[in-house]
Formats: sequence, structure tokens, C-alpha cells
Amino acid sequence: MTDADPVRLYRTVRLIRRFEQRAVELVHGGQIVGGIHPYLGQEGIAAGVCAALGVDDVLAGTHRGHGHVLARGADPARMLAELCGRLTGLNAGRGGSMHAADFSIGVLGANAIVGASGAIITGAVWARRRQGHDTVGVSFFGDGAVNEGMLLEAFNLAALWRVPVLFVCENNGYATTMPVAGAVAGSIAGRAAAFGIRAVEVDGQDPEAVRDASVAAVGRMRAGGGPELIEARTYRFDAHHTFEHAVRLDYRPPDEVSRGRARDPVRIQGERLPDAERAAVDAEVEATLDAAVRFALDSPEPDPADALTYLYASGLTARAGGG
Amino acid sequence: MPRLSYRRALTRALADELARDETVFLLGEDVQVGASLVTTGLAKRFGTERVRDTPLSEQAFTSFATGAALAGLRPVIEFQIPSLLFLVFEQIVNHAHKFPLMTGGQCSVPVTYLVPGSGSRTGWAGQHSDHPYSLFAHVGVVTVVPATPADAYGLLVTAIRHDDPVVVFAPAGAMDVRDDVADLEPVPLGRGRVHRFGDDVTVVAIGHLVHDALAVAEELAGQVSVEVFDPRTLYPFDIDGLTESVARTGRLVVLDDGNRSCGIAAEIIASVVERIRLLAPPRRVTRPDGAVLPFAPALDRAVQPSREQLATAIHLTMKDSS
Ligand SMILES: Cc1ncc(C[n+]2csc(CCOP(=O)(O)OP(=O)(O)O)c2C)c(N)n1
Ligand SMILES: [Mg+2]
Repeated sequence: MTDADPVRLYRTVRLIRRFEQRAVELVHGGQIVGGIHPYLGQEGIAAGVCAALGVDDVLAGTHRGHGHVLARGADPARMLAELCGRLTGLNAGRGGSMHAADFSIGVLGANAIVGASGAIITGAVWARRRQGHDTVGVSFFGDGAVNEGMLLEAFNLAALWRVPVLFVCENNGYATTMPVAGAVAGSIAGRAAAFGIRAVEVDGQDPEAVRDASVAAVGRMRAGGGPELIEARTYRFDAHHTFEHAVRLDYRPPDEVSRGRARDPVRIQGERLPDAERAAVDAEVEATLDAAVRFALDSPEPDPADALTYLYASGLTARAGGG
Repeated sequence: MPRLSYRRALTRALADELARDETVFLLGEDVQVGASLVTTGLAKRFGTERVRDTPLSEQAFTSFATGAALAGLRPVIEFQIPSLLFLVFEQIVNHAHKFPLMTGGQCSVPVTYLVPGSGSRTGWAGQHSDHPYSLFAHVGVVTVVPATPADAYGLLVTAIRHDDPVVVFAPAGAMDVRDDVADLEPVPLGRGRVHRFGDDVTVVAIGHLVHDALAVAEELAGQVSVEVFDPRTLYPFDIDGLTESVARTGRLVVLDDGNRSCGIAAEIIASVVERIRLLAPPRRVTRPDGAVLPFAPALDRAVQPSREQLATAIHLTMKDSS
């Protein structure tokens, strides 16, 4: 199940990198409204973790969620169409950047409420195992989420009921502008320890290190171990959200930013490939994304008359709002 | 005919659905022992895997249920206190309710939130006595408030089988109601019920207040002919059924155990007067604005809608149109 191929791992981080760069361009060009939370700099985490998963597994992500969805194998064209609010998007244009989901591959959605995914994934994994699947789950969240009560409640529930959930904390040092030191008493790993959850810290900028830690954790979880936590130390290369491109917020010292950007997961993984092989992957990714952009921009927009389609799975219809 | 209490009707509904459908499971605080006296015996019959005691982690177990529902199960959560719904409003509204639309129809979230003993339990004071059904109707979560044992059974069964989240309020004031019940069957959502026919005024009463409305109607018989309409489901609301009733009587009074401002009574009145002209201005009897139920029994009662207030409202409505 595990994917140990360094080329595929490189392709994933490269795909996410270039996807995000193109998405930022589309934000600036006005084709993506509302902006995005770029995953730039953190690609190695989604790629490394998802390389440890099998087909029966499920994950839920965050507001900074494009990487998780792509690393799990969603179609970049339909993902981009979703960001552009098109009918062909993963969510038929109803979710956008912060809610992209693909249930067909176990992506139960990016989730824009910080700290929310842990309990949802715990329930989903428990339910799938009850139905006979050998499912493990991943809950991605940022350093900001470790101060949310509902996530800590989820730690307790998952540990208590021994639900195999890999809690992946992407510690990029900041929750928006709040540094970890200003928000986290104790430590992130210490929170896991309090619930008897095994925790490891890994270099989130090294995709293979993340993959190896994830493979080990998933192996223990499948063997009947309870949930585990990986704290992946990382750095976000770009803004918290693209709105920062217009309003400069002063919270990260420039030398810290350049030090952070120096450890680039795409370059680190790329250097593990022969030049020719890397160039071939780059070209293939470029072609894939060229096609994705064309697909997204050529796709139809949803009909305003259908604005509340899907509100109720039961088929209940809502009263219209007009006079 | 067998007599069945409201509380036992809920137990029966849970047992029947657990027996009928393997994907149904129950979770909550102290449900195995059955501290609410609703889940009594279920753990023994269905096992502790399917009747699960949870730690006191309402937010986590509410979203746990959402996740389980996304993965194909039909969880039923029992909440010990109506006010706990405030704690999990986020989990229900932001996640369970929004997932189908946000994902473009990729999923459904069939969770039932059961609140046995909603509203005042006399003597339980400010943090145990809320009746926040209007909040759920406002956000568009299916909301039912059964008044009778048969409807408690039928609506809980329907809620569990329904493919979207449903909140079931079982008012404390109705839990000990007993009724002759011939046969128990599912009750459709969004269908009201006329408990008593009348010619002069339609009283819409919610949950346990249906029984108060019926008592007042009986008291006033001979002076005013009162029709008692029980919507049973607050969202979606049976506006067609109510309009048909008010079109006959021409007058409308709503009896609602929620707070006044933005409460369901306001919505019911607005929905009727948008459609038809009344003979007199409509009236509502509710809790006051922003009510917090005080402890002392006389104060607790003073804040809840009363039979006297209803009788007065009916008389005033009759006077206004004469
Ligand atoms: C519960 C909640 N509080 C606040 C916000 C607003 N918000 C969105 S992202 C964010 C920062 C999150 O930081 P972190 O968890 O570290 O993730 P990162 O953005 O660094 O990836 C905040 C405060 C939110 N979406 N949800
Ligand atoms: Mg962060």
C-alpha cells in the first residue's frame, strides 16, 4: 500500500507547488474569488503522509487544504474548477478552496473551522471499521488548532476508543499572525502525551522523513495501536491568505522568512532524482496543470437558480427568500 | 387499547430502529444505565458497542456522530440537558448541516439529536431549562417537537430514518403524558395535526403546550370555539395545513415556549399573514424576550406561557374582531 517511490513523492510535491502558484495567479487575475490560503512550503507534509495511506483510508484537512486533496489523488483539473466556482468542480462549485472534498477517494473535506476535523475523522474511521474496513484516518490541522477544545476532546475520544487516527499537526510557526510561543502553553507533543497518544516530531520540509514517520505510525495503527500524532515542523512560504498580498502585515522578520524558505521541500525531494528524471516530471506536471487551467476556465458556472441544490440530502426543499 | 407513556414511546422507537437497522447506534452520557429513563434496557438488548456511553465531551461526540454518518451509519445522540445544544450548535450547524451543500451533494449526515426533557423541569433553573427549538428552525435543521406518545414514537422513528440531521425535542412537560395507543407508526415530517376542531380561532400550540391549549379550549367551550393545531414539526413547517385551518377560523393565536424575539411564533404568524387576511390581529403567547428561567417555582412558572395568558389572548382576539 505504501508508496516508497521517490519519483512519485517528488511529483506530488511539485504538483502541489505549481498548482498553488497557478492558483495564486488566478486569484490575482480575478478568476478565483475570495482568495486562498496557499500551501506553499508545506507540500512535503501532505505528500509524505498520503504516501503512507491505502485505498480504504480517509482524511480531512484544513482551510489550507489544497495539498491534502491533491496528495490524496484528486483530479487537479476538477480541484481547480472548484476553486474557480465551476459546475465541474469537485464540489460542483459549492465549496471552493476551503471545503474541497472528494468522497470517492476518502477526502472528507477541507474544513475551515480550525480544530474541527479531528472528531469527524475519528467518527468516520470508527464507523468504517465497524463495517469491516481496515480503515485508518488522518486529521490534518495547524498549530493554531491545538488550543481548540474540540480537538483536544477528539484526542481523548480517539485514544479512549482506540480509533486509528493519525493526527498531523502542521506547525508552521504561526496561526495567522500569532506565533506558537504566544499561544501554546506546554507543547504540542505534550498535549498528545497527556492522552497517552504516541507523538513524534518530524522535519516537515523533508518529504521522505514525513513519509517514513507516517508509514511507521500507520503500521502501528493498523496493528491495533491507538491514534498517533505527528508534529511536522514546517514554514509557510507565502501569506496566511492571499489578502496579505494587498495588505502587508508585519509579523514575520525578513531573515526568518529567508531562512524558512531556504529549506524547500520541492528542492529537497527534487535533488534525490537524476536531473533528467526531474525535468520529465516537471514537464508532465506543467502539461497537467496547463490542461487543468483550461478545463477550469472553460467550465460552465452553476445556474443561480440552483443555488440551494444539495442543501438537503433528503430532498427537502427550502422556501425561497424573495418577497 | 394499551396505554403508553411518552417516555416509553421514545424507548420503543429507539429499540425498534436499533432492531430494524444495523447502522443505527446510540451514544450519549449515561445511556447504558439509562439515566434519562429513556434508554432503559437498550444496552442490555443491543450491546454496549451500539449503545455507547461517552465521556463528557459533547463537542467531540457530536462531530464523531457526523463522521460516523458520513461513513454510512445512523447515529442517535441523546443529550442530557437542552442547554447542551448551545455547546454543540457549532458542530451541528457548521458541519452536520452544511456538509451536503458544501460538498456539492457528495454526502449525507443522517444524525438524530434527541433531547428528552427539554424546556422547564421545574427547579432546575437557568442552565437546564431552555427550549431552543427556534434556533434550529432558523438555521434550517429539521426540528420536531412531539406532543403525544404516538407522535413521539412516530417522529423519532422518522427522524432516525431521515437522511439529514434532525433535532427531536421531547419537552419535560410532555414526558409523563400517557395515551391509548392502538398502533404505532412513523409520522411524516412537516405534517401538522388538528387535535380539536373549532370555528372561531386557531390556536397553534407546540409540544407540551398542546395539552394546555386543549385544556383552555375545553374551558372556553360554549363561549369560543377553539381549534387546536399542533405543527409537530417546526422545520419544515406545515404552512398549508395551518393556512387551511386559519382560513376557516379567521383568527390566530400562537402558544410557544420559546423566547419572544425571533421565536418560532413570530415566524408562524408572519407565514400565515403573508398568505391570508385575518379577522383580527394575530397574537402570540411566549416566554419573554431573552428569558432566563429563574429558580423559585413561582418565578419559573411566571416566565413560561400559561393557560391564563392563552385564555386572555383568545378573548382579546375575539374582541378585536367584533
Ligand atoms: C475556530 C476558528 N477560529 C478562527 C478561525 C479564523 N482562522 C482561520 S485560519 C486561522 C489560523 C489558523 O492557524 P493554524 O491552525 O496554525 O493553521 P495555518 O493557517 O498556520 O495553516 C484562523 C485564526 C477559524 N477559521 N476557525
Ligand atoms: Mg500555523
